Amino acid sequence: MTLFHLALQVGRTATPEAVQFWLLAPIAVIAALGILVVKKAIHAALLMAWVMVTLAIFYIAEDALFLGIVQIVVYTGAVMMLFLFILMLVGVDSTESLGETIKGQRIPSILIAVGLLGLVVSLLGRATITQPAVGLATANADGNVQGIAKLLFTEYVWAFEVVSALLITAALGAMVLAHSQQTKSKFAQRDLSIARFRKSSLGGAAGLPTSGVFARHNAVDVPALLPDGTPAPTSISQTLKARGDMITSDGFALESIEEQED
Amino acid sequence: MDISNYLYLSVILFTIGALGVLIRRNAIVIFMCIELMLNASNLALVTFSRINGNLDGQVASFFTMVVAACEVVVGLAIIVTIYRSRRSASVDDASLLKN
Repeated sequence: MTLFHLALQVGRTATPEAVQFWLLAPIAVIAALGILVVKKAIHAALLMAWVMVTLAIFYIAEDALFLGIVQIVVYTGAVMMLFLFILMLVGVDSTESLGETIKGQRIPSILIAVGLLGLVVSLLGRATITQPAVGLATANADGNVQGIAKLLFTEYVWAFEVVSALLITAALGAMVLAHSQQTKSKFAQRDLSIARFRKSSLGGAAGLPTSGVFARHNAVDVPALLPDGTPAPTSISQTLKARGDMITSDGFALESIEEQED
Repeated sequence: MDISNYLYLSVILFTIGALGVLIRRNAIVIFMCIELMLNASNLALVTFSRINGNLDGQVASFFTMVVAACEVVVGLAIIVTIYRSRRSASVDDASLLKN
């Protein structure tokens, strides 16, 4: 008795479908593996979109025309768009460090995944399907959409109604979760003014001094001179200071002017 | 090629999705991996529908898609809410209950 019965035989496909499968399936698997290793979430989203498009092609090849179209419209259209929207919202540049937080968590994870793969593949191999694959030619005789509609509105009509209730609940839930109530009022000019007078010293109550030396160099890039002749560093914009786009006001101090006049 | 190859592809994609949920830490990428698992199960349902020659599998697959859409809407709303309060989409940062 072998461990893995890999060959579950249910029926052959036509050659064009086989060619399509062997072309697209490896690419889909590689793209899915790429989701595991890429650093940026946006790259993972693009790979995911590719896997979904491949699956849509497989659905259409498997006589599930309606599902193939729905897959493209709902998944690659709506769901991936929603993912990209959220990615843009939370910052597209944020890269995730791939190092592990829980020590030694990665190896057991890979082992568990390989074990799951072996388990289900072995299970598939042991499965007994009594008759060869029937194919959907008779079920799709009136058209795939008509066939699904017939089932959906007769046998599965109760499930259909429940699912519609689920959709409405999900929409409401998303609205409740995304809604943010402003719990405190905005910090306006009035609050700023009050905060200035509540400080320990009233030194800054009248606001910061304006830049420039009156009548000599009246510009934003030169610090104002205080009554004692020293320059006031708070009078100049922090941005200009950081950029280095300021000049000193020493040349405009009173003593230096007197020297110049002598 | 045997039709069962679709089932094997489905199993492989499902496993990759499960592994992604285990090892990735960005909540959005984890969500994408859950979507991958749902898609893989859809492929299996469609293939079984073909093997059995009736459309019940496709209807089940259709319901899976609807549930997945609901799940994405609510899940992404939760991620946005967490991001708004914690400025991070990493699942490791939401550890307030840890201590």
